[in-house]
Amino acid sequence: MNNGTWQSFLNFNIFIVMLFIIGLYCILVTRNLMRVLIGLEILTKAVTLLLIVVGYATGHIALAQALVITLIIIEVIVIAITAGVVLSVFRHTDSLDTRNLRDLKG
Amino acid sequence: MINSVILIVMVIAALWTVLTRSLLKAAIGLALTSAIITIIMFRLNSPLAAVFELSVCTGLITAVFVSTISLTKPLTHRETIAVSKNRLRRYWYLPVIVVLSGILLSASNIQMDFTLPPKAAELDVRNVLWHMRQLDLFGQIVIILAGVFGVVTLFREKKNR
Repeated sequence: MNNGTWQSFLNFNIFIVMLFIIGLYCILVTRNLMRVLIGLEILTKAVTLLLIVVGYATGHIALAQALVITLIIIEVIVIAITAGVVLSVFRHTDSLDTRNLRDLKG
Repeated sequence: MINSVILIVMVIAALWTVLTRSLLKAAIGLALTSAIITIIMFRLNSPLAAVFELSVCTGLITAVFVSTISLTKPLTHRETIAVSKNRLRRYWYLPVIVVLSGILLSASNIQMDFTLPPKAAELDVRNVLWHMRQLDLFGQIVIILAGVFGVVTLFREKKNR
């Protein structure tokens, strides 16, 4: 990898780390279940972008695209299921506050 | 230069998604972030992944989010005021942390001494997906089926007794 490509790769990675921090902070700080999902989605986007950038830098872009397609499918299923779980929690507790989930029984 | 501008806009969109008070606006911000990532993917010679990102992440996931938000009850005026005060206190660190981490990472001038694999002969993504990553496809089918059954189980109507 020449110097220019390496510098470009590092620039991309700085922004990917920033995106990752935003998602992680959102998950850690929020008390709303929907916002936890949004944070998770931002984390996944950072990983997606990292895969594409690494694939581009190493010349394995076709493999990276195949992995990203798999990742996107997993992401959709996870979001669909967790959205269902969030709705079930809302039906039970009448709120989306995570503090109401501390009294788990069983 | 253009890439840097797009990446800065992406981080601003993600920050807006997290910092905005309204959940609906947060969902729209997420869609915007996805759309910007799509542009980056197109610029990095990944058109198929970009199309998937645009149609699935920007479209389908936003639709799922908006549906879920509309099925849940919005906060009352008093609750909104209380939550807003708390939010400001908890979230003001985020832009500072993000900007500081960006400055620190760009100033650190990281030099990792590892050898990258040799540049591969450019294969067609369809060839890779259908011939080299068949196990992935099998996994995708299993995950989709698991998701469908999961949603059916979660939203199953109770039998009238």
